[in-house]
Amino acid sequence: MLKLVSAIISRDLRLAMRRRADIVSALFFFIIVVSLFPLGVGPEPELLRKLAPGVLWVAALLATMLSLPRLFADDHRDGTLEQLALAPQPLGLIVLGKVLAHWLVSGLPLALLTPVLGLQFDLSTDALWVLTCSLLIGTPALSAIGAIGAALTLGVRGGGVLLSLLVLPLYIPVLVFGAGAVDATVTGLGAQAHLSLLGALTLAGVFFAPWPTAAALRIALE
Amino acid sequence: MDKRLINWFRFASPQAFYPLAGRMIPWFWALSAVFGIAGLYVGFLVAPTDAQQGEGYRIIFLHVPASWMSMFIYLVMAFWAGLGLAFNFRLSGMMATALAPTGALFAFLSLWTGALWGKPMWGTWWVWDARLTSELILLFLYVGFIALQSAIDDPRRADKAGAILALVGVVNIPIIYFSVKWWNTLHQGSSVSLTKSPSMAMTMLIGMLLCALACWMYAIAVALMRVRTIMLERERHTEWVREELGAKAKEQ
Repeated sequence: MLKLVSAIISRDLRLAMRRRADIVSALFFFIIVVSLFPLGVGPEPELLRKLAPGVLWVAALLATMLSLPRLFADDHRDGTLEQLALAPQPLGLIVLGKVLAHWLVSGLPLALLTPVLGLQFDLSTDALWVLTCSLLIGTPALSAIGAIGAALTLGVRGGGVLLSLLVLPLYIPVLVFGAGAVDATVTGLGAQAHLSLLGALTLAGVFFAPWPTAAALRIALE
Repeated sequence: MDKRLINWFRFASPQAFYPLAGRMIPWFWALSAVFGIAGLYVGFLVAPTDAQQGEGYRIIFLHVPASWMSMFIYLVMAFWAGLGLAFNFRLSGMMATALAPTGALFAFLSLWTGALWGKPMWGTWWVWDARLTSELILLFLYVGFIALQSAIDDPRRADKAGAILALVGVVNIPIIYFSVKWWNTLHQGSSVSLTKSPSMAMTMLIGMLLCALACWMYAIAVALMRVRTIMLERERHTEWVREELGAKAKEQ
């Protein structure tokens, strides 16, 4: 079981490494969106400090949306997905592997970039630390929930926009707790409760989301 | 027992359900009109003016039923969707498709009337209250469902994909509601509470329940009308639809 998941992860990572431009462009999208906000609302450090968690989290959601359509599309186009669906191993586990690989190339780099971008918003060390942690903990849930949308919109016209319509409302709890963790630190409440809930969302998402995703993939392949 | 079961499953076929729906629609319209008139009569003429809110409160006779219906219809939609996914009934997917626009309409009405009520009572069209926010998200979920179904050309795939989305949405609604609620208590921006409303007079409650029944009957009638159209559209290659349409053409 573990072998299957790790095989899928290493396969997807190898494929992603051969097309680095995709990863880098999503990352730069994240950087550019975050940098646009100070230009839009003005450079007052007080205001920026207040906006930072929300801005970084929303930008992370949008950057994830960018890479989601490709989660299954390439495999669908060249027929790999049908072979995976026919494999004796449960499709849910295969999806889990793909979700984790997607997180490694999209969510993890976003989280690692966050401290640098947070500096632009004049965040304190504590807040930076919590923000990075919240992104590290929360982004796997984004990949997992997003996979449902990616599978549902597979091969559908207008897939990208439709995907964001479907998935963004479902991202709201992650956004609330992720950005809330930083707010709670700043106001002195402590981030532990938020981070725990975020961890719970991620665990539940990573555990449950592959099954509806697998069902949706089977429908798309019919 | 056996006989009843067979009868129920008979109506899972569009051909059997089409005439039944046609016979039921006028009844539901009539009931909706009766309950609506009674509810509005109680609401506008019998119910007393509210001590704190004046006449403006009377919008709740539309607002509250619309909110109830928007939430309830999503559950019904998910129920039909799940049934369709489990048993592969053609009719279930059609019912879910037919309910979605009505649910979205009620969610929108609830937000709109809420804004109209909020302006005189709270002095603002919109506050980021947990209930308002989750109603808005419910509207987003309806829009996503409708968009997904209309983007897929093959009706069978559209039904199944929509069913999965509706079920995922149902699981998520409580999570979203509690996260928004908590988010709201954390951001103590506007200290307005909907829950502190004083206990309601009996006549107001009766008026509201009558209006809720009217909305309910309306929703059923409209959903049945829509499902009849969907049936004709999807089954247009079959014999019974040709006969049905041919008979209608002859009548005219």
